[in-house]
Amino acid sequence: MTTALADGWVMTGRYLRHVVREPEQIIIYFSLPIMFVLVFGYVFGSGMAVGGDSYREYLLPGVFVMTQLYGLGATATAISLDISRGVVDRFRSMPTARSALMVGRSTADLARAVLEMIVLVVCGLLVGWQWHRGIGAALGAMGLILLLRLALTWVGIFLGSIVPNPDTVSLIVFPLAFPLTALSNVFVPPDQMPAWLGAISEWNPISATVAAARELFGNPGAGSEHAIALALAWPLVLLVIFAPLAVRRYRLLGR
Amino acid sequence: MTEIAIAAEGLRKTYRGVAALDGFRLSVPAGTVCGLLGPNGAGKTTAVRILATLLSFDAGQATVAGADVARQPEQVRERIALTGQYAAVDGSLTGRQNLVLFGRLHHLGRRAAEARADELLEQFDLTAAAHRSATEYSGGMQRRLDLAASLIRAPQVLFLDEPTTGLDPRSRNQVWDTVRKLVADGATVLLTTQYLDEADQLADRISVVDTGRVVAEGTPDELKAAIGADRLEVVVREHDRLTEAAALLGRIGAVDTDVDTRRLRVAVTDRLMALVDAARLLRDAAVTVDDLGIRRPTLDEAFLSLTGHRTDTDSQKETR
Repeated sequence: MTTALADGWVMTGRYLRHVVREPEQIIIYFSLPIMFVLVFGYVFGSGMAVGGDSYREYLLPGVFVMTQLYGLGATATAISLDISRGVVDRFRSMPTARSALMVGRSTADLARAVLEMIVLVVCGLLVGWQWHRGIGAALGAMGLILLLRLALTWVGIFLGSIVPNPDTVSLIVFPLAFPLTALSNVFVPPDQMPAWLGAISEWNPISATVAAARELFGNPGAGSEHAIALALAWPLVLLVIFAPLAVRRYRLLGR
Repeated sequence: MTEIAIAAEGLRKTYRGVAALDGFRLSVPAGTVCGLLGPNGAGKTTAVRILATLLSFDAGQATVAGADVARQPEQVRERIALTGQYAAVDGSLTGRQNLVLFGRLHHLGRRAAEARADELLEQFDLTAAAHRSATEYSGGMQRRLDLAASLIRAPQVLFLDEPTTGLDPRSRNQVWDTVRKLVADGATVLLTTQYLDEADQLADRISVVDTGRVVAEGTPDELKAAIGADRLEVVVREHDRLTEAAALLGRIGAVDTDVDTRRLRVAVTDRLMALVDAARLLRDAAVTVDDLGIRRPTLDEAFLSLTGHRTDTDSQKETR
């Protein structure tokens, strides 16, 4: 177990070194969060209102979560690329823990997600969004969003490991991620949707985290009283399903 | 009794109903080099990947460095190293970062991994390029880095899967020297190659692989004897002098005549004398020739004589 953690940590260092060696990637990393907050927050946030509240206040926690969801594409592409490289043969012929490559990817992406979170919040504040329940609750909200991202990295790693061609990964991720955000409370409150759609939207894992974040930020649209419990439960369920599946997949590569 | 470092018996591997290995067997004594020689698609790489624990197999048994490949893959991985057809290094990292990474994944401490990396960079003449990305390395440098990565912890068994394919002669010699040094230090090497001369240079014994099984086995000399002798070849310019020339060459050895191409072949042992004699005999009789020379058996001919078919890669694929 300690070997597995140590090997995973070494692999995290490998991925972080990739970023350091190709710093232009960082610009691409952060263009999405900046664009999402500015476009959605400013363009839509200025033109619409939900109930009596500012749409921007309602929308931004959703945009934070949506941006983190789209990060899954980068995770899946990276792992798929890596598996197609010869270097993985070397890893697999060495006495290195079978989980190391994927644990490393997940940890490195979580580190990236923390930076993205900071960029998102700063951009949010710039377009006039605010938290209202103190810094502690706000950090709690960010923690819940990052927990979801952690679970999503494993979904991405699993996806990347079952798709043989790195080029097709991004084509798969968008049709998967888009309905998840559209059929959630990110843009529209579920109670304003047709009943059946609202029900789907209510139980969407994305909605759970968005609702909990709204509650902790003190933004409108917090939803049910189970929001925080659901925002903890959903990511854990995803983790328990996808992390073992992904590692099993890696173990059986080339069988 | 010598210790056997690699033993395989009845290995079978099927991809979608097609057998890549079919009753593959191998026995390599410790401290020797075994060459797996065979055309593309013969099953060499499949065999190596199975023995290196990268691939499962459907039937049979294999032991590497005393550990069972199917049941104790972890122990096997502790004792082996693999260098593939392409450089298995991380192109986004520098040469040194690669070696440190592999050292740490071999569970060396940071200091020890760094010290070992510097040692290997020195040994493989890569110190000057230590801080450049591996993608910027030339083909020969990448292969050297790859080989260095295989030697971070002295492996008991080293698998080299076509280690010199696509390398220039100088890099090729460097790889060969490294392999010889390793074996002198006691390692066992399993080498796959398509080149007869590479197997000849390095291997103590050669196993010829075709359609998933070993079809011939022996020392390089034994195999060469089986493949056949060198030949004197003459192409006579004028058709009507072919019989006359054949009679003259008959004094050197048994002549095989191909009338259509006006080609005469004589199996020879003393190549220089045969060449001199043939040249003198033909000149004295004033026979004009288009070509005169000694031909060594080619790899194609070697396979033809050992397997009964050519090494044609395309027809291999069709029949597989």
